Amino acid sequence: MSDYRIQGATGEWEVVIGLEVHAQVTSNAKLFSGASTAFGAEPNTQVSLVDAAMPGMLPVPNRECIRQAVRTGMAIEAQINKYSRFDRKNYFYADLPQGYQISQLYHPIVGEGQLTIEADEKAGIPEDKVIGIERIHVEQDAGKLMHDQHPTMSYVDLNRCGVALMEIVSRPDMRSPAEAGAYVRKLRTILRYVGSCDGNMEEGSMRADVNVSVRRPGPISDENPFGTRTETKNVNSVRFVMQVIEHEANRQVDLIEDGGTVVQETRLFDPNSGTTRSMRSKEDAHDYRYFPDPDLLPLELEDSFLDECRASLPELPDAKRARYIDELGLSDYNASVLTAEVETFARFETLLAETAKRLGKDEKTVATQVANWSLSVAPGVMKSLGDEADPSHATAEAQAEILRMQDAGEISGGQAKEIYEIVLRTGRDPAEIADTEGLKQQSDTGAIEAVIDEVLAANADKVEEYRGGKDKLFGFFVGQTMKAMQGKANPAVVNQVLKAKLG
Amino acid sequence: MTELTNLGVREIRDGVAQGDFTAREVAEAFNAAVEAASELNAFIVATPDKALEAADKVDADRAAGRELGAMAGVPIGMKDLFCTDGVQTTAASHILEGFVPRYESTVSQNLWDAGAGMLGKLNLDQFAMGSSNETSHFGNVVSPWRKSGGGNAGMSPGGSSGGSSAAVAARIAPAATGTDTGGSIRQPAAFTGICGIKPTYGRCSRWGVVAFASSLDQAGPMARSVGDCAIMLGAMAGFDAKDSTSLQMDVPDWAAGLSADLKGRKVGIPREYRMDGTDEAILESWEQGKNWLRDAGAEIVDISLPHTKYALPAYYIIAPAEASSNLARYDGVRYGLRDLPEGAGLQDMYAATREEGFGDEVKRRVLIGTYVLSAGFYDAYYNQAQKVRALVARDFERAWADCDVILAPTTPTASFPLGDKTDDPLAMYLNDVFAVPASLAGVPAMSVPAMLNGEGLPLGLQIVGKPFDEQGVLNAGLAIEQRAGFEAKPETWW
Amino acid sequence: MSIDRPTVAKIASLARIKMTDAELDRMAPELSAILDWVEQLGEVDTSEVEPMTAVIPNTLRLRADEVDADPRTGGDRRDDVLANAPVAEHGFFGVPKVIE
Ligand SMILES: [Mg+2]
Ligand SMILES: [Zn+2]
Repeated sequence: MSDYRIQGATGEWEVVIGLEVHAQVTSNAKLFSGASTAFGAEPNTQVSLVDAAMPGMLPVPNRECIRQAVRTGMAIEAQINKYSRFDRKNYFYADLPQGYQISQLYHPIVGEGQLTIEADEKAGIPEDKVIGIERIHVEQDAGKLMHDQHPTMSYVDLNRCGVALMEIVSRPDMRSPAEAGAYVRKLRTILRYVGSCDGNMEEGSMRADVNVSVRRPGPISDENPFGTRTETKNVNSVRFVMQVIEHEANRQVDLIEDGGTVVQETRLFDPNSGTTRSMRSKEDAHDYRYFPDPDLLPLELEDSFLDECRASLPELPDAKRARYIDELGLSDYNASVLTAEVETFARFETLLAETAKRLGKDEKTVATQVANWSLSVAPGVMKSLGDEADPSHATAEAQAEILRMQDAGEISGGQAKEIYEIVLRTGRDPAEIADTEGLKQQSDTGAIEAVIDEVLAANADKVEEYRGGKDKLFGFFVGQTMKAMQGKANPAVVNQVLKAKLG
Repeated sequence: MTELTNLGVREIRDGVAQGDFTAREVAEAFNAAVEAASELNAFIVATPDKALEAADKVDADRAAGRELGAMAGVPIGMKDLFCTDGVQTTAASHILEGFVPRYESTVSQNLWDAGAGMLGKLNLDQFAMGSSNETSHFGNVVSPWRKSGGGNAGMSPGGSSGGSSAAVAARIAPAATGTDTGGSIRQPAAFTGICGIKPTYGRCSRWGVVAFASSLDQAGPMARSVGDCAIMLGAMAGFDAKDSTSLQMDVPDWAAGLSADLKGRKVGIPREYRMDGTDEAILESWEQGKNWLRDAGAEIVDISLPHTKYALPAYYIIAPAEASSNLARYDGVRYGLRDLPEGAGLQDMYAATREEGFGDEVKRRVLIGTYVLSAGFYDAYYNQAQKVRALVARDFERAWADCDVILAPTTPTASFPLGDKTDDPLAMYLNDVFAVPASLAGVPAMSVPAMLNGEGLPLGLQIVGKPFDEQGVLNAGLAIEQRAGFEAKPETWW
Repeated sequence: MSIDRPTVAKIASLARIKMTDAELDRMAPELSAILDWVEQLGEVDTSEVEPMTAVIPNTLRLRADEVDADPRTGGDRRDDVLANAPVAEHGFFGVPKVIE
């Protein structure tokens, strides 16, 4: 249980949060027409007669959009409804040419599901928590209005109009901004794993309607029910979702404690002030006159279609994370970070396979090494180079080769970084760099022994002290040896020889 | 060349194919007839050049020895509910006045592909809402028929396909397209002494047809003979991937399959269609119809369609509900009328545009539809109506256990003078009491002229068939046609 | 049940049809009569009946995810889309300014 509380003048308040996330479905064509969904085209060029709601135009659903919604449903372990229907949601607005949005109210395609947000002590999430998902339905996106192009007119661009959306409706199961943030991030991760949405919140591919209410802490009962909620629309970043909750919860507590009541209403978020405000509500805003779209028949899914959807699902984040921990022996932390993003695990798994191959070892043996390289060493080098790095040079082959040379003792950790720097800058071959730039370490025991003999001879007094019990001096001898060899000695060999000589 | 305008679809097509006359001669004759009949107000726009262009192509194809289509050389009228590329399409509404689509409806395209030509866009009730063709923004259509001894009173050609019925009855078009949502092909056909068939829901694509009520709208042909309807329906029908409700099945050759021999067929007579307020003459024609079909070899059986009484009220919930949503797109933003009062915002613009652009009957139905779908009323009205609709459909399904087709009157009365019922929407709605059940059930139904009543006005008989059995309907229609020998035609007074 | 003038005004506003007082006065009784008449549907016992969903038993076809496969339902035809617009500027439809 989250113990996030709003401290009011009259005591503590609990925040109850439910999210409706609109995720744009990844498809080439729109939900009911053949126009393209590509982002950023010239206004009204990706608009079919159907999207513009010309007289006599009719919707025919795109199989891929249905498929993606079903796959998403499967990824959240939801019930897939083999029978669903499209309904019309009627309202008038300039971004809605038909005068109705085709959506699913009565029989959505996906029913009850869930996802798990992971424990995050720092964020106040003491343990893993399951968040219920009520449903996913498929619907059309609206067009766009531009208000600042003309003094007296708004301009209408219908390019987005008719693009497929999944509306993913959570249960009111979240109790803190952190939980809501974790939920959105986790949902985004799942969508990106499944490939049903690119999760790009800046481009509006994912946006959340944030439902917030407050109540006194304690079990839900007739005496202490849910409070009245407000819905803040179209919030398009995780940070903003959290801000909305903070602001709304505090606003509602202040309101109630001042003797007011919360009105169930739709609100807008202003990212500049971090506050929400009531939308100029029309009295009929909630009378959408839903009814089954008579242009469309019931959608009935066959088993073969569902089987294909299931078979096409990738390993999902929770399963992958568990496998990284149980089978690859990675730490919880590393496993979490590596599985959070599709690109991250994809890069890791490629590098892991390549490294194991070059080392002739199994993946489990090199996993921790590759994970450390991937999560700290490589990003560190990349970051220190800034613009000088060309990320296209960061191939799995080059990195695996560096890891191999390091594993074989041919180069030191420091040299690995130096070599990688040159790789990122120039794309040169790591082995060739090690050779020509002198970035190799000395592993020849004879040569190292000779140097160590000199060091011990020059520091006979310290040798005495060491043998007298001053163990700490071991590091001093290592340092002197490395210094004498310009840092190019294999530390493992140095240690081994020193130990032998010092007895 | 006036006799050319007396010819029907098959006669024209075969005459052109045989070289008895050219398609151009036919088109010219009908173009002239259209022009001369402006008093009927059957056309919103005439397109004589389109008719000639299509005719010339057919003549050229024939000269080149190319195969000719099923409608080759036949100029037809196109109900102005079908979007026609480059030709104004209005649905007889002010709100679409001046709208010129850049696309062609599937059905009209099918007809052009079959060699038909377009005489023009036919008048109709606004958005196909009406039963008398008095709700058009472009004025009433006047029926070519007049009551014997009724003076010069203009009579209703029926609706909503009133321009179509008037044009075909008046011989200014050999055939025309109609659409039927709750009787809009059959009732005007009955009023004007012609044939018209509404096929099974889904036979004709709705793509490019201005929508009234999506779950009911079906296009169909109107012509002067059953055979002509069969030919033209064959050209109009077919699967269309652009319409989700389109039937994915082959179109039979109905014209080739025509047979008036009904031996072994059972004709059901629904007892619930014997309603109060039905004209004596109508009941008489119904009796006559039974005799004709018996004579053709059919067995007449009594059947029951117990929910008939509730079909019309269910229709007047479902159709307006769908219409209220279908007509939301007429908002003055992307096409058609825009009324922008000084200082008006977006929502004011919508309200002003729709006030200005929609006629009274359209407003009535949009308001009824809005009301029955609005919060708190959905279950009591819309859902209940859809349940009753399911019961009406079930009545038909059960009836098919006892009969192959159903015979009933098309309308409870003959045509009435224009203006007679305009003050009483409910009385107007009752015109479709016999037509609506088949619409709700989506089954094929046609009207065939039976006789004239005592006032010299045509009466129609309706045949309703099983889903997909247009052939059975057409065959029964043919049996009636052959026995009724309906030769009456309106005198030319225009 | 009849519907009164304020209800008609409310529906008209929901349907975005401006109506004068005279129109409301005329429409209210007409709509009431129609609604009174359709209310006879309440007599029908439908407790065992599912509302009709498909007129002719049929299931929904799905189309392939192809862009502009058919020009009649594809994009890239801005001129056709804007051709009938009361106001079209710079490739957009123009509407009176909306304050959100
Ligand atoms: Mg929402
Ligand atoms: Zn939504």
